[in-house]
Amino acid sequence: MANLVKFTIDGRELEAAPGTLVIDAAKRAGIEIPAFCYYEGLSLQGACRMCMVEVERMPKLQTACTLPVAEGMVVRTDTPQVAQARKGTLEFLLTNHPLDCPVCDKGGECELQDMVFRYGAGESRFTEIKHHVDEKQWSPVVYFDAPRCILCYRCVRVCDEGMGVGALGVVNRGVVAEIAPNHGDHLECDECGMCIDICPVGALTSGAYRYKTRPWEMEHVGTICTHCSNGCRTTLGVRNNQIIRGNNRDSSGINGEFLCIKGRYAFDFYDHPDRLQAPLMKVNGKLEPVSWSQALAAVARKFSDVKARGGNFGVIGSNRTTNEENFYLQKFARQVLGTNNLDHRRSGDIVSLLDALHGQQTALATTADLYQAKAVVVISADLALEHPLLSWQIRANWRHHAAHVYVVTTEPVREDKYSVNAARCAPGQELETLQALRPQLVDEPELIFVFGDTIKGEKVRKLVEFGASLGKPVKYVCLVDYANSRGAMDMGLTPELLPGYRASGMPGLTIAEMLAAEDLDVLWVVGANPLAGASLAARGAFVVVQDLFLTETAQAADVVFPACSAYEKNGTVTNVTGEVQRLKRAVQAMGTKPDLEIIGLLAREMGEAAQLGPWSADKVFAEIRATVPGYNVPLPVILTGGAAQTSPVNGRVEAPARPELIRSARNGLFSSGTLGRYSNVLHSVLEGRRQP
Amino acid sequence: MLASYPPGRQRSAVVPMLIFAQDEVGSITPELVQEVAKRCGVQPVQVEECVTYYSMLRKKPLGKYHVQICTNISCLLNGGEELWKRACEQTGLGHKQVSADGMVSLEEVECIGACSWAPALQVNYDFEHLVTPERLDEILAACRKGDYVEKAK
Amino acid sequence: MFASHPPLFSNPPHPREVIMLSKRFRLPNSASIDTFLAHGGYRSFRKALEMTADEIIAEVKTSNLRGRGGAGFPTGLKMGFVPRNSPKPKYIVVNADESEPGTCKDRLLMEYDPHSLLEGMLIAARAIDAKKGYIYIRGEYRYLIHILDRAIEEAYRHGYLGRNILGTGMDFDAYTHSGAGAYECGEESALLESLEGKRGVPRIKPPFPAQVGAFQCPTMLSNVETFCSIPYIVEMGGKAYADLGVEKAGGTKLTCLTGHLNKPGVYELPLGFPVDQLIHDVGGGIPGGRKLKAFIPGGSSCPVLTAKECEGLTMDYDAMAKRGTMLGSGGVVVMDESTDMVKVALRIMRFYQHESCGWCIPCREGTTWLRKMLQRFDEGLGRRHEIAMIGELAKNMLGRTFCALGDAAALPTISIVEKFYDEFERKLNAVSAPVPAPGPFPVLNDPPPLGVGR
Repeated sequence: MANLVKFTIDGRELEAAPGTLVIDAAKRAGIEIPAFCYYEGLSLQGACRMCMVEVERMPKLQTACTLPVAEGMVVRTDTPQVAQARKGTLEFLLTNHPLDCPVCDKGGECELQDMVFRYGAGESRFTEIKHHVDEKQWSPVVYFDAPRCILCYRCVRVCDEGMGVGALGVVNRGVVAEIAPNHGDHLECDECGMCIDICPVGALTSGAYRYKTRPWEMEHVGTICTHCSNGCRTTLGVRNNQIIRGNNRDSSGINGEFLCIKGRYAFDFYDHPDRLQAPLMKVNGKLEPVSWSQALAAVARKFSDVKARGGNFGVIGSNRTTNEENFYLQKFARQVLGTNNLDHRRSGDIVSLLDALHGQQTALATTADLYQAKAVVVISADLALEHPLLSWQIRANWRHHAAHVYVVTTEPVREDKYSVNAARCAPGQELETLQALRPQLVDEPELIFVFGDTIKGEKVRKLVEFGASLGKPVKYVCLVDYANSRGAMDMGLTPELLPGYRASGMPGLTIAEMLAAEDLDVLWVVGANPLAGASLAARGAFVVVQDLFLTETAQAADVVFPACSAYEKNGTVTNVTGEVQRLKRAVQAMGTKPDLEIIGLLAREMGEAAQLGPWSADKVFAEIRATVPGYNVPLPVILTGGAAQTSPVNGRVEAPARPELIRSARNGLFSSGTLGRYSNVLHSVLEGRRQP
Repeated sequence: MLASYPPGRQRSAVVPMLIFAQDEVGSITPELVQEVAKRCGVQPVQVEECVTYYSMLRKKPLGKYHVQICTNISCLLNGGEELWKRACEQTGLGHKQVSADGMVSLEEVECIGACSWAPALQVNYDFEHLVTPERLDEILAACRKGDYVEKAK
Repeated sequence: MFASHPPLFSNPPHPREVIMLSKRFRLPNSASIDTFLAHGGYRSFRKALEMTADEIIAEVKTSNLRGRGGAGFPTGLKMGFVPRNSPKPKYIVVNADESEPGTCKDRLLMEYDPHSLLEGMLIAARAIDAKKGYIYIRGEYRYLIHILDRAIEEAYRHGYLGRNILGTGMDFDAYTHSGAGAYECGEESALLESLEGKRGVPRIKPPFPAQVGAFQCPTMLSNVETFCSIPYIVEMGGKAYADLGVEKAGGTKLTCLTGHLNKPGVYELPLGFPVDQLIHDVGGGIPGGRKLKAFIPGGSSCPVLTAKECEGLTMDYDAMAKRGTMLGSGGVVVMDESTDMVKVALRIMRFYQHESCGWCIPCREGTTWLRKMLQRFDEGLGRRHEIAMIGELAKNMLGRTFCALGDAAALPTISIVEKFYDEFERKLNAVSAPVPAPGPFPVLNDPPPLGVGR
């Protein structure tokens, strides 16, 4: 690192790396320089003129957001001249800004409001007619109120630079200039809502949130989005046991402020009218509501009976339930039911990857690595649609660090635009095409390979061999589908593997085999929908389902337990890059219980509770940390809302990988498996309706 | 036109292409925006940004003869405003309005660079200098009849 | 040929003119390459081909040529800032977006002597090793695009443009590029944005165009007249050119005399020409023998001077600075005693409000507010305490905006309110039009028209 530059701000002697902007240097020293258009990570604008400071030997005030520190520079942010400039600019800003704070969604968390409060004048001298245009709706989730807009261009930049979409522009000139969407009167984009989130005022408002509450009436609960596997932290605004909005304005978590449409809006399934609120039991061929004790007793009796006569159980777990639930479920299946007929839907060949990487400690990339690595190779995945956070990270890496991005896909993807080489390949020819990139790849100092579900089994092994042959530090990301897809593998929700990828020794049935087994006596499905588009061969099997909704599988059940969603329970989940994060309960849904509790109550009903231990999330997690290799993650990191990467194995996986079972659901931005059906937002946006 | 700019910089042609196309078509139509976007390799919204920025570009057609009268400072001092008012009265049109027959439209414009020959106006791209009220009447009459002779187009 | 108007120059020239830039204006068919070559055209370029880049830049530095667009930055320095050893291509960009109110000089150079502009570009290209040049012409000057395109075509045919120019191995291409109506594009970095096909919004500086200009490459960007002056510097030597003017500002300048004058026009005068003679001799005096009230030396963005302040004043950069104004672009506006200064202030602010690009808050909102207020004053609806407020608001723009447009709007306004305060007072109760009833907020979906009520 080059020598630090010494300079003074408000009489304090400071140091910073050359090139540091005065506004950043001041912030680090705890000196606030107000700004609207300046936004860390986005390109510089110098447009709002709020950050003007006095600099010695410069005749005019300077914008701190465009001024790099220089040796011996003397900056003052606290002079009467600076205060007067801020006041003057705010006075200008308010001339055409409607002072409709009482009905503005942003009131209470508005940067303009805060700034006027701190630096502005108490009264306005403006007596002319304000310029007014009517509010516009650009999409079901995006509203634009031009008069409130202060033209800081954050939205335009976050859409173009941050998202790589570029759906927003600026039209007209001068005082009538305004932000415009890409399709004349409406937007066609990712509908991520980043533009709304980043808007310092109430110009861009959310269709899902507007006029619902005042910000100070909400409690803010930081938890993890339950949709895709990226594991974004979403801060849910909760009022009266209702989730009003999702955002991550506090930039906590691995995603910073990033959220896609699912993270920001698609929590809405939780209060869908079809939500199950009481246990159901089949009476005369029809599912009827029953009490918890009736349902639990019936299931426990059945389980005990079948167990006693040595019958066949099949247990199917979920990609969304917590590590604790998955761990407890496999323990129940193996220890209480005595079966290895235990599986879940697999979407990425993490087993082959871990086995191929045996002996290497740090070969699994984290989400943060994708932002730092010098080069990233994306193989067989449309990250922008399927893994939006990873796409965001790579894009930011390219913008901020000029990372080299390579693409090997069958179809064009968003990463093409900023890749050094975007190679198209015929299906199945990914590795051959990758070989052609070798001359470029060998020159990279380090690499991360991100690969989708078509790279599995032997191909994973070959990919790792290819990576090793480059002779550079190489890391990998094996893409998987859902919030805890990775955790389900880690927790041993498979017939052949125990938690931590130890061989079970006696492999049981896979999902397909369970569905096909005519002699199955009990099928127990926790948070999955295997009977969507499939049927159960064992007609007489007793089917128990734990779910939020009456899915195809639940409809075929003998007993259905209404389960909590991820936003209604505590626990941990493990994201696509193996980072463990903590769920925090935001609301309670009437009549439902967390899957962990349901499983625990069944164990108690069967008299097996002692064997399985207490069903509190904390206790189970303690057991996971103590017994599952790689999960001894630092507790304080998790408890404070951080993410800790697991390193599940450091040796061979002593069981065969089952590449033939791996199939990604390839959810785009506007679907999320069975759960996605119950999100009104995902169906309301144009792009969601257009999906096949 | 695209070849005038360095490789990969075809976006440069957006503004000239728009104004030359407008001269042919009469206004910037949505189809034109799409076409220019395609040729210059940009998003339509980026073309739209320019269409609404540059004051000579317009989305609605103006008259066959667009009479642009300058009232900026040098012209103001020499009767530009009177000229403008006279033109409005003569034609019954206002700022950026078009006659029913589509022959004439009026616009009060900012400085057109004829300050030493004020008051001045432009009929489409032709300059008229030191315009007297009588000359204005002649010009408007010629435009209405369709026999104003353009040289600069 | 493409021009519909009578000649723009005085014929014969005024005896006080120093004919250099305008020496070919009065020749028949002056824009053609034949006329140009017959009267010394491209001789300086041939001379420059014998000189090293450093020698050319040194001559321009010696000449004390200062940019003729308005800011008056020393051209030699600007050329020297272009990093010649940069691996990137370098560009020449001509600012022919002449749109500062009161300014109409570049029209003559392009109309009557387009090859001198090309020659200036070629010499500059030789000095900074540029291979391409763009002439950014305001859209309203369509006839000049035709004239320049023809000149460019002639130059290609005669081997002054294209590959291996005059067998020297030098390559240079020149192109015209049409604007489409935006004063802001006269600001150099906004011009570059516009040249790149974007909205004409200025860029953050530094970096300046010399380092990062057209297409993110080093660029020499100057005004038409500046480029046209370069051949004369090469021809007569920097020293001789400098001697034509005053200390720190060499050469002659095309001066546009506009406003209340008997003989308005564009005249070539040496720098340092006395203002008094400018008005009363060259400009033929004020019509009707009326007295001078106010004087703008170089386009509407300069602070306005009173008649008293014009006493003993000369037309050069430093003399103007000492009186608190600027030489600017050479667009002189003379206002006689009959002038309504409130109207002038309004008209100036109306212009800047219309042309504000909207990028930064103080300019966008400040010009709008001031325009609305001045409109009221003009209609006799001003309030006494607001007279001082006009100046205060303008000062809140001054030095606070992203580019110089904010200053351009603020400076004349501040000067008019300060110097002609009494005229604002007199208009306080002179309601000329019925007071419009304040209606509901108007819904304006289109940019408001230029007419009344904006």
